[in-house]
Amino acid sequence: MRIAGKGLVDRNRRVRFSFDGISYDGFAGDTVASALLANGVTLMGRSFKYHRPRGVLSAGSEEPNALITVGKGAGAEPNVRATQAEIYDGLVAKSQNAWPSLDFDVMAVNDLAAPFLGAGFYYKTFMWPKKFWEAIYEPVIRKAAGLGALSGKANEDAYEKAFAFCDLLVIGAGPAGLMAALVAGRAGADVILADEDCLMGGRLNAESGAVGHQSGAGWAASVVAELAAMENVRLMSRTTVAGAYDGRMYGALERVNQHTSRRSGGAPLECFWRIAAKHSILAAGAIERPVAFQNNDRPGIMTAGAVRAYLNRWGVSPGKRVAVFGNNDDAHRTARDLVKAGVHVVALIDSRAGAVIEGFDGQVFKGAQVCNSGGRKALESITVRVASGEEEALQVDCLAMSGGWNPSVHLTCHMNGRPTWREDLQAFVPTEGAVPDMTVAGACNGVFSTAGCLADGVAAGKAALKALGKWAVEVDVLAAEDAAYRMEPLWAVAGKGRAWLDFQNDVSVKDIKQAAVENFMSVEHMKRYTTQGMATDQGKSSNVAALAILADATGRGIPETGTTTFRPPYVPVAIAAMGAGGQGHGFAPERLTTSHKRSVEMGAPMIEAGLWYRPSYFPKAGEATWRESCDREVGYVRKSVGVCDVSTLGKIDIQGPDAAKLLDFVYTNMFSTLKVGRVRYGLMLREDGHVMDDGTCARLDEQHYVMTTTTAAAGNVMRHLEFVTQCLHPEWQVAFTSVTEQWAQFAIAGPKARELLNGLLDKAIDGESWPFMACGAVSIGGVQGRLFRISFSGEHAYELAVPARYGVALFDALVTRAEALGGGPYGMEALNVLRIEKGFITHAEIEGRATAFDIGMERMISTKKDCVGKVMAARKGLVNQERPQLVGFKPVDADAELSGGAHLFERGADAVRVNHQGHISSVAYSPALERMIGLGFLSRGPERMGEVVRMVDHMRGLDTEVEVCNPVFLDPEGERVRG
Amino acid sequence: MVELKETSACAGLLPVTYGSVTLEEMTVEHMTSLSPLGDASGLSDALDNAHGMALPAPNRSTGKDSARCIWFGRDEALLIGPAPDDALRKLGAVVDQSDAWAVVRLQGLGAVDVLARLVPVDLRDGAFKQGHTARTQLGHMHASITKLEPDQFMIMVFRSMAGTLVHDLKQAMAGVATRG
Repeated sequence: MRIAGKGLVDRNRRVRFSFDGISYDGFAGDTVASALLANGVTLMGRSFKYHRPRGVLSAGSEEPNALITVGKGAGAEPNVRATQAEIYDGLVAKSQNAWPSLDFDVMAVNDLAAPFLGAGFYYKTFMWPKKFWEAIYEPVIRKAAGLGALSGKANEDAYEKAFAFCDLLVIGAGPAGLMAALVAGRAGADVILADEDCLMGGRLNAESGAVGHQSGAGWAASVVAELAAMENVRLMSRTTVAGAYDGRMYGALERVNQHTSRRSGGAPLECFWRIAAKHSILAAGAIERPVAFQNNDRPGIMTAGAVRAYLNRWGVSPGKRVAVFGNNDDAHRTARDLVKAGVHVVALIDSRAGAVIEGFDGQVFKGAQVCNSGGRKALESITVRVASGEEEALQVDCLAMSGGWNPSVHLTCHMNGRPTWREDLQAFVPTEGAVPDMTVAGACNGVFSTAGCLADGVAAGKAALKALGKWAVEVDVLAAEDAAYRMEPLWAVAGKGRAWLDFQNDVSVKDIKQAAVENFMSVEHMKRYTTQGMATDQGKSSNVAALAILADATGRGIPETGTTTFRPPYVPVAIAAMGAGGQGHGFAPERLTTSHKRSVEMGAPMIEAGLWYRPSYFPKAGEATWRESCDREVGYVRKSVGVCDVSTLGKIDIQGPDAAKLLDFVYTNMFSTLKVGRVRYGLMLREDGHVMDDGTCARLDEQHYVMTTTTAAAGNVMRHLEFVTQCLHPEWQVAFTSVTEQWAQFAIAGPKARELLNGLLDKAIDGESWPFMACGAVSIGGVQGRLFRISFSGEHAYELAVPARYGVALFDALVTRAEALGGGPYGMEALNVLRIEKGFITHAEIEGRATAFDIGMERMISTKKDCVGKVMAARKGLVNQERPQLVGFKPVDADAELSGGAHLFERGADAVRVNHQGHISSVAYSPALERMIGLGFLSRGPERMGEVVRMVDHMRGLDTEVEVCNPVFLDPEGERVRG
Repeated sequence: MVELKETSACAGLLPVTYGSVTLEEMTVEHMTSLSPLGDASGLSDALDNAHGMALPAPNRSTGKDSARCIWFGRDEALLIGPAPDDALRKLGAVVDQSDAWAVVRLQGLGAVDVLARLVPVDLRDGAFKQGHTARTQLGHMHASITKLEPDQFMIMVFRSMAGTLVHDLKQAMAGVATRG
């Protein structure tokens, strides 16, 4: 029911939205909750377990009941609090957890079964038979209980992540936060003021009291305007600071477009902020607590402060006949505000016998309690148990209740801090120093009057400035309401039936007591046994009451009982917001070679190699399988010439007087003796003696080398060099720089490789000037390049490097010329076949467990010098003949299949773990041998040439007899490579 | 003789504009990594003699638009613009990096807000002034970011990541532009 002349909504701007398919009108500034209440809708949701009808309890982010699904299609967002969701034209909202409808929910039958569904019911009920749990019980329970559901489709909405930095982060823009920001802002500090509401001002917007000569809301607006005009102040409304972390970092969720229909053009729905603040002020306010009594969850029963908020801020009365029930003076305000607005207040019930009630002339019950309510989908009556013990029924459609206020201490507990109990407030307040460099102010510091909050905000602002080393300027504190907070504890009203504590998880007073009876006496145990505080609201409005009841049930005081742990995030944060930017192409950087686009144009499927993308093969018309393409490409290299982009291999430029020393130290073999203009293969060990990487290293000049690494290990090797030069030998004068990206490098391999090059290089080469393992500068079309005569295929081959800007042009030229010579480009599949035929290793072999001994390269560990890993590589266990060692394999039956990862056993032995003798690491179909071949590791392998062993791939169901052979299948004398 | 045509790192990707912010590729003739071998003062003096600027301190740059030297890591600076003088080679490792980095310029009112979506470094005017530079993260990438002028940043990532750089920056630019 909208009240004329009240509220801060814009009555000139009507907004149309829908809830459960019915269209409603509201005003700009309304939330879904306020607009529905204005339309007389109080039933907004069904409860989690018992499907009880529920309406709004609160007017803020703590709302446990009125959870709705907003939007439709893929991006429909469940569990949005109707009390926070602002309406906009076209907003589609739906209720949750009800079937077939909110009004008639079949699952409400659960409520009748309540005696069987209490705390821990499924621990007790669904134990037998054991296998029924996953198959039957759990799916049924999950279907019956729950909140909203995701659409199950990929969300197309944009989300954002961002960083912000400031001197002072003020969390909460109520009277304390505004004053703190004003003090710090006027002093010139870099301030971020974050508030989760769309309208800054906090409770000032919800109360009728004045600040100075203005209304509270008017004063807040004027301060916000002043702050907005300051360049050093950044206002972040709709932003909930959700977590406090180490290093003065805060996580915050900004609802950027949740209040608009804007979803296209990259407009983010939400932004997840990481805010680095030198100092922070927590002015997060307080949350009012309900009172537990039988059936205290009917739609129409809400907190007293929420009733005032709906009335004063949104101009809505949640009922026509309202009763107010509280244990403190603050609740009286609700009665006064309602009367002033012309709403009929049936009664004011104060649980304190000695309560002093001012400014209210209606029916008053002192020392009385509301002990039950009537109605089903809406509140119809309440039962008042008066001081004498007699009960009296009152016809009401709204009950405003208050059990006092809990300071919002949550953020102060995020770094393991525990709050402090204050007997006078019957509430926990933050413990000083719980979060480094955080000052707490206002209601969340236990200061409950407006005047007190204004003054506390000033004090906090000054304290922050002092901590930041800045001078404060004086700020006037205006006069405001300064009533004392008088209350007596009232957690639960005695009586039968279920008195609800945790509305969102359907936990009642009985459940807590039952937990205590069953010896779940620790507050953390009680929480998990009853699920109190474990719903999306994290028990914001029920935690303290629950532990007070637990304390009572276990005969302990509240401070001894303690609280459960408040963890981030303070409000639910969508994974989409935290992972913003990580979808699709944002998942990981894509490293593309200069020939990438051309390869894709040629139809090559790309495969990932680390972050790089490389072509698998280049299909041609008429080829039905990748194998056909691969075999053809292998043929290029064996018979004419093939071209392959090898730019992804790591290239490290190493210079300095001690460059040779560094190389001798990191490689097992000698590089100081390498002649200028020559390349050598090198093997690198980890400190623990296992192989780290291999590659070639070219000496371009006396003090200048270029090391190559495998694609996968480029970063690791670079890091290793940093470690060696920074930690082991900082005295060496040597510098190294990655040049992987500087050079586009192509392998030109095959008997016609030199012929191809000589049609391209500005000056022809011959076997004498460029023997195997030669390197040097060349010119190609006037561009300075580098040529290396190295081979990963066993063929006469070169690698030609040019600055990357010429990469694609060179690739085009190479491919054109190769094709003219009967060859063409080849991809990773062919490259793999070529190297397996030659027994060359990759990280399929040196996968972290292999030693130089295992791969038959122990003699490459020079005896003339030290190197990283040398001592450890000599350990007995690493040079034991029983170790699986590198050999080749070919199937006895030429048509049989080999598979990488298959296990090796002796012929006739059972294929079980204890008989394991090794494994296959790489396989390929060799067009030259016309069968599959493999590399692998076999115990005593080199001694067993010619022996037939059993290869079993348990996963693929292969069982093949294979012959152990030399890993070099082709041209073992290496004649072709020197040709 | 074969003619090899040049292709820039961001060819076909830039420029783009969203709202007040523009992203364009910067044409850089030479980029050279300089690492002193031993005492750095010799290299710094030689750099000053040849190109008119000293080696920069960490997180700083020296020089101006035509010839700039930015701090590029531990014991490393990047000379941007001129071809390196031969005298430098005697005093340190001089490595051609002209083609190794994609170099873009992000400019316009709100450029710093765009970077705030991707870069975990304090880029407020008071903390990151003209001529300041940082080796940091941009999205998932290792990047070098230098403030050339107010609201104008030079950003560098590995050349192979040019596509991802443009993708990430465009997404951030679009998001910022929609806020108006």
